Amino acid sequence: MQLLIVIASIVLLTLIVIQISKLNELATRLKGEEEAQNDTNRSQGNLLLLFVVAFFTLFIVSGLYYKNYYLGFGPHEAASAHGKDIDWLFWITLVITGIVFFITQFLLFFFAWKFRGRKGHKAQYISHDSKLEIIWTLVPAITMTLLVIGGMDVWNKVMPDVEDPSELVQLEVTGYQFAWDIRYPGPDNELGNKNFRLISSSNPLGQDWTDKRNLDDFHASEIVLPVGKQVRVRITAKDVLHSFYLPQFRVKMDAVPGMPTYFIFTPTKTTEEYRKELSKYPEYQLPSDPEDPNSPPLWQTFNYELACAELCGTGHYSMRRIVKVVSQEEFEKWASEQPSFFMSNVRGTDEDPYKGEYLEMELKQHAKEYKAQLEKAIEAENPDDKIVRLKYVTFETGLAKLSPLSRYELDRVVETLKEYPHMKIEIAGHTDNTGDAEANLKLSQQRAEVVRSYLLEHGIEPERLTAKGYGSSRPQASNETEEGRQENRRTEFKILDL
Amino acid sequence: MATTTQEVSKHPVDLLIEEYGYDDHFHEHEHGGDKYQSGFIQKYIFSQDHKMIARQFLITGMIWGILGGLMSLIFRLQLGFPEESMAWLKPLLGKWIIINDGVGTLDPEFYYALVTIHGTVIVFFVLTAGLSGTFSNLLIPLQVGARDMASPFLNMLSYWFFFLASVVMFFSLFLSTGPFAGGWVAYPPLSALPQASSGSGAGMTLWLISLVFFVVSVLLGGINYITTVLNLRTKGMNMWRLPLTIWSFFITAIIGLLSFPVVAAGFFLLMFDRMLGTSFYLNEIFINGQALDRVGGSPVLYQHLFWFLGHPEVYIIILPAMGIVSEVMSTHARKPIFGYKAMVYSIASIAFLSFLVWAHHMYVAGINPFIANFFIVFTLIIAVPSAIKVFNWITTIYGSSYRFNAASLFAVGFVSMFISGGLTGIFLGNAVLDIPLHDTYFVVAHFHVVMGVAAFFGMFAGIYHWYPKMYGRFLDESLGKLHFWGTLIGAYAVFMPMHYIGMAGVPRRYYKFDSFDAFSQFAGVNKFITIAAIITFVFQLIFVINFFYSIWKGRKMKTRNPWGSTTLEWTTPIHAGHGNWPGKLPAVQRWAYDYSKNGRDFIPQIEPVGEDEKDDFH
Repeated sequence: MQLLIVIASIVLLTLIVIQISKLNELATRLKGEEEAQNDTNRSQGNLLLLFVVAFFTLFIVSGLYYKNYYLGFGPHEAASAHGKDIDWLFWITLVITGIVFFITQFLLFFFAWKFRGRKGHKAQYISHDSKLEIIWTLVPAITMTLLVIGGMDVWNKVMPDVEDPSELVQLEVTGYQFAWDIRYPGPDNELGNKNFRLISSSNPLGQDWTDKRNLDDFHASEIVLPVGKQVRVRITAKDVLHSFYLPQFRVKMDAVPGMPTYFIFTPTKTTEEYRKELSKYPEYQLPSDPEDPNSPPLWQTFNYELACAELCGTGHYSMRRIVKVVSQEEFEKWASEQPSFFMSNVRGTDEDPYKGEYLEMELKQHAKEYKAQLEKAIEAENPDDKIVRLKYVTFETGLAKLSPLSRYELDRVVETLKEYPHMKIEIAGHTDNTGDAEANLKLSQQRAEVVRSYLLEHGIEPERLTAKGYGSSRPQASNETEEGRQENRRTEFKILDL
Repeated sequence: MATTTQEVSKHPVDLLIEEYGYDDHFHEHEHGGDKYQSGFIQKYIFSQDHKMIARQFLITGMIWGILGGLMSLIFRLQLGFPEESMAWLKPLLGKWIIINDGVGTLDPEFYYALVTIHGTVIVFFVLTAGLSGTFSNLLIPLQVGARDMASPFLNMLSYWFFFLASVVMFFSLFLSTGPFAGGWVAYPPLSALPQASSGSGAGMTLWLISLVFFVVSVLLGGINYITTVLNLRTKGMNMWRLPLTIWSFFITAIIGLLSFPVVAAGFFLLMFDRMLGTSFYLNEIFINGQALDRVGGSPVLYQHLFWFLGHPEVYIIILPAMGIVSEVMSTHARKPIFGYKAMVYSIASIAFLSFLVWAHHMYVAGINPFIANFFIVFTLIIAVPSAIKVFNWITTIYGSSYRFNAASLFAVGFVSMFISGGLTGIFLGNAVLDIPLHDTYFVVAHFHVVMGVAAFFGMFAGIYHWYPKMYGRFLDESLGKLHFWGTLIGAYAVFMPMHYIGMAGVPRRYYKFDSFDAFSQFAGVNKFITIAAIITFVFQLIFVINFFYSIWKGRKMKTRNPWGSTTLEWTTPIHAGHGNWPGKLPAVQRWAYDYSKNGRDFIPQIEPVGEDEKDDFH
């Protein structure tokens, strides 16, 4: 049926076409060829003039109507420092090309109308005019020179050489079919090495864990940036080409597998500030969900976005990530809350090359925890509160034998005792309530003794140390749960005297 | 032989040729008819006559033009009406329309295939083969006064390689994995790895084979055009007497000869990466859960090789259109083209500069930012010769007595399009403005206006102007004008609004925009563009109908030189046989643009310079 309609309309169109042509031929024959051509010249010339007027009118009207689409105008003002320069150059170019556009288009159509063939009118024989030609070579040449200088000036500012990236906010974005992975360098502000051969489901970026700079790197589901700070994005790709495109920041750079690229820019407006600006424009007052008139207006839900701008396959149009620009404090707070990918996903698994040893940052963390407890215990008035728990002293299961990693925590105790030469402590062993209470008491006593002898070996005088096993008599938490039992199996020391 | 000469020699043009012409004894070598033109197959299929080959190029190009246009309508429907059901296209597209609860949606994979094949065939098959192939073949021998191309056999091969390329490309449309869908630029690794996209499997293999055949076609054609222009010019036809059409075809062929082999090399390396396990373009790739073993290449290398052709290619497309427009405009303005030599020099300098600007397509592809500085300079310098050409065309109309018909209207339309599209190039050529505009609809609008629509306008001007030369009949004028107005208004309606959404940052090659806050608000504009595209396409059908109807039923050509043109092609008989001129070859006495000189409407190139005539231009 549809096919029939299509065929019927083509046939109809053909018939109309043939009829028009016959009619016209008849008219020509009636009038005489020259007369008919002059009539045509008049009507077509008039149409061309009419066209240029209508064209300009529509051009200006639509230009005004769509003014909010213009780069660097209204809701499309750049949200980055270099973006302002780009927008400025855009407007200069727009004005220059606009002038040329109106003049040349007008002359083209106006001359066509004015010099249409008509009775008694003859063309002039003008083959060239050197003076005129020199002028219209020089004028565009000079204009282009100005635009080239302006363009290069901005370009080289946008693409600076960076000697020391550590001063900048850094992040890495990796494109793949069809999403982006975002990685921040963490506290050391250095991105660790990657190797595409290491990519696996537990290591999506192929980070090389033997590179210690990787250990504090964290992954994020959104790009978060501090306002007013220079940002350096390292752009990479896993599979095919992608392009890192942040429309509001005037940022675009291809992501190339095997060749990192970079873009440096400074966001100048926070997401909140940008939303506030958008609220001035009626098109952003519309409900964000067109189906639901009560949904919040578009400007309230607006987000900066990361899009892909290089065709990368079927899902190219769906590679979206939200970009948030926040104040410096908010950014720092956010960054400090992000867990390192290594620590939360890799540490202790088979892929962890540091399994069985403490990392420097862990030791620092342990020392910090120990110090906090110690300070609190020293300050405490109540003798029962003068307890420091030795969280990282562990024993082999069921035995009174120290695990090798316990020495770090015990060395801290040695250090404390050397710092406070008059300090006397009681070393206490505790267990949970599983098994025989008698045996537990014995084991805890033995374990406390083992710790005591470690301290003695490290030069602490015996009279300052007592060791006591409490078995399961002093639980700190419920013995009903595994977490509680774990909490109850512990080694502590109590400050008896300072 | 003797009878024909007597019969035609009544015509004053033949008398001139008889008196001043050059006898190359061409017809003396014939014994018992033309051995190249006997029989249906030699005459219409494996023809070695440049006029027939021109028509073959044109009609093949037109078929691809219709297919390419239809493809664009399908993906425009997706962009303009993403919510509408496309179930009605199921009979045509089959499994590429996915039907859920009675609502048909276009498979995104096929959307990208349509975008890709649309670009490929319009750029290469329609605007390279269909435009330069058609008119170089038709006009070079006729306008330089040659019997045929330097090698008619290679010329025939050139068409048949193009035909082969067409067949392979057409076949790829029906693969179950779909045609290639990675964009007409075919950037690896997407195009190199079958696991990256289903179109990158067999579809890409066929795409590459097709385009390699196409490169062969261009090279065979190009070497012929150059040789013919250099060696087969008739007596008196020195280079400064060539019409601008010939200059533009000649220089286009040179550009093609220098740039197409480079992209062919690029294509071969891509084939090696695909088939032989090399890694020219592959480095550190992890795809489909596996790390690829091949490392050490660079995807950016392909982009350099591709754009080393890719940019000259846009001039391969637009220069012939410029030549055609210059010739058509001057003829119908009844006035010499203004600044003939400046026109030649600007074509030549555009051609030269076209080799120094390729990386302006790659400003944000990861090239060294320092290198971009050179490309900014050369890219913006190209605006100068382009501007000169525009000013020259406008000045050609100034003081003319312009005769309006479909051909000359399209010539005016060409200049308008070239201005509009050329000016937006000044934005994109400036690297820093390319950062926000690159790969947005602003680019789409720019190149469609300046090398798509403008080149089509040049092509239409040429077809309406030389149709009588090709078929001995005229295209219908009223329909031609209808076609012109529909196309002029339609093309602006399609592409002007794209500039607006492009400036707003909307990226090209998106299947839909609804997931982005920044791109989802332009549904109205997209709808408008789609409707305008459909209407504009209908106007092209009017042209197609006119074209085929007029071959058999068009108004017959009764005089040899209907436009009052000075150039040699109009001195042949209305139905010129193989060899073009029945007797001697015409000898050229003056340049090609003596219109309205000394009170005469026009003076043909074969007429000697009179005693009292001041021949200020040769």
